[in-house]
Amino acid sequence: MAGLIDVAHGLDVETLRKDFPLLAQEVNGHPITYLDSAASSQRPRQVLDAMREYDETTHANVHRGVYGIAEEATHRFEAARVAVGRFIGAPNPAREILFSKNATEGLNLVANTWGRTHLHPGDSILLTEMEHHANIVPWQMLAEERELSIRWIPIDDDGALILDDLERLVDGVKLVGITCMSNVLGTLNPVGDIARVAHAAGAVVVADGAQSVPHLPTDVSTLGCDFLAFSAHKMLGPTGIGVLWGRDELLTPLPPFLGGGEMILDVRKEGFTPNDLPWRFEAGTPPITEAIGLGAAVEYLQAIGMESIRAHEISLTTYAMNTLAERFGDDIRIFGPKDPTQRGGVLSFAYRDIHPHDVSQILDQYGVCVRAGHHCAKPLMRRLGVNATARASFALYNTESDVDTLANALAETGAFFG
Amino acid sequence: MAGLEDLYREIILDHYRSPRNRGELPSPPAQRVEGFNPLCGDEIVVTLEVTDGTVSDIKIGGTGCSISQSSASLMSAAVKGKPVTEVRDLIRTFKGMMSIHESTLPGKDSQDEDDIEATEAQLLDVDSLGELAALQGVVKFPVRIKCATLSWNTLAQGLDEAESKTESASA
Ligand SMILES: Cc1ncc(COP(=O)(O)O)c(C=O)c1O
Repeated sequence: MAGLIDVAHGLDVETLRKDFPLLAQEVNGHPITYLDSAASSQRPRQVLDAMREYDETTHANVHRGVYGIAEEATHRFEAARVAVGRFIGAPNPAREILFSKNATEGLNLVANTWGRTHLHPGDSILLTEMEHHANIVPWQMLAEERELSIRWIPIDDDGALILDDLERLVDGVKLVGITCMSNVLGTLNPVGDIARVAHAAGAVVVADGAQSVPHLPTDVSTLGCDFLAFSAHKMLGPTGIGVLWGRDELLTPLPPFLGGGEMILDVRKEGFTPNDLPWRFEAGTPPITEAIGLGAAVEYLQAIGMESIRAHEISLTTYAMNTLAERFGDDIRIFGPKDPTQRGGVLSFAYRDIHPHDVSQILDQYGVCVRAGHHCAKPLMRRLGVNATARASFALYNTESDVDTLANALAETGAFFG
Repeated sequence: MAGLEDLYREIILDHYRSPRNRGELPSPPAQRVEGFNPLCGDEIVVTLEVTDGTVSDIKIGGTGCSISQSSASLMSAAVKGKPVTEVRDLIRTFKGMMSIHESTLPGKDSQDEDDIEATEAQLLDVDSLGELAALQGVVKFPVRIKCATLSWNTLAQGLDEAESKTESASA
């Protein structure tokens, strides 16, 4: 069976699949074909074991106790922070990596701290038409409160940003919010090019890395953005923890986000003194077990190598686009860039006129898990002229055989609706 | 495990492929209401005319999956020409059918036994729903219940709005 062992890309997929207990499950009498990693990825044993081992041997609250396990817990928690920082090339990981609940909270943190400090009535911000609601709604909330105006970078029919007019669009803008990779179209955006123009115009760039960090080599020291938010649960880690990276010099002068324990140096009746980076932005007991899990996920990804993962996903996306086009011709419309090297492993599609809900329901009968809906990107859905799409998305553990199963189940879907 | 045939009954597929009362009535005079399913982005437009306490005409617009579309189509056929009071009863019965199993599904807040029996008693008899009973299988697919009830909630809102209009007109 082709593709099970993608040796060409240094990835022994058949072996690494054994690390993922969930992939051995059956659904509706079929082996599971998990094609929804863009929503949330599965976790390898290494992550699950690291979390359990920590819980069973070391758990205590961090930054508080002087006793042995509390100190060890703190040490491991901070080590996870540094590991995540190194993973994305953060120049100063011990200060610049802020743990949040998820990517959404990270983006809200930027809106509430940087945004409230720097954005005033009449100011403009620039977003793209392909943003996830997580990088739209926090800005709309702030725009309403602060009387800001929001401009939009449009997309073309292939799902690429139209940047011809960027200099005019960015003129007078204080902040640019842009996704590194669309969770609907798979489009990889030229964050660096956009950031150069944005910085020349004096704007700060907030990048949504929720889809890119799990699948592409990421180096914030060259990426060009000033903030980058992502979630552990899309990169083989647990739910409940995300990361916001920000440039030290931008984070340092910012006021806290939430108030409470951890985020202070001193509290008197008259007021409080906020803590240093990164704790100033981590009020209350953090997700400690989850941080350990995220650290293990990063270690797992690094051991395999992000370059290999990217190469495997390009090859799988190519195979999927070719297979679906060959088997279904005009019956299938795949959204987003045609060139698999210009996109991530996310395939949104429309199959005949069968509603995505119905497609997904029938696929489920064959154990195939795909997403159906608006993918939290309603402005993009309106631009595409659809209410919803079905979306298959790949991770390092997917194979060409998964794609074949998807295609077979789609053919059954077609037969079912006649 | 619930099979696909529980969900996609022949009547449902028929109404999906050839929806009844499709379109929009001119509004005004018709009452026009839009319904949204925020989970999936489906939109439905119900336009209805209420004359002398009767739903004299109804049309369904918008887009959605087979379940939401067929439910809307079946609904339009069931309520057209019926007195508003009967239509309201039908809405209650239909939504009862849609929620009874939902509330007994694992993972839902488990109501106490009495509550469930009360809902069951209130369910009236499903036979009174006629063809609409074909949608009963949807309750085995909890995520699809909202698809089935979208048009009914929209209709209920339309009736409320139509009634408040006549009230204010006669006041
Ligand atoms: C591009 C993008 N941004 C943001 C998010 C939000 O991630 P989370 O729900 O983990 O905060 C997602 C995931 O759904 C996403 O795909």
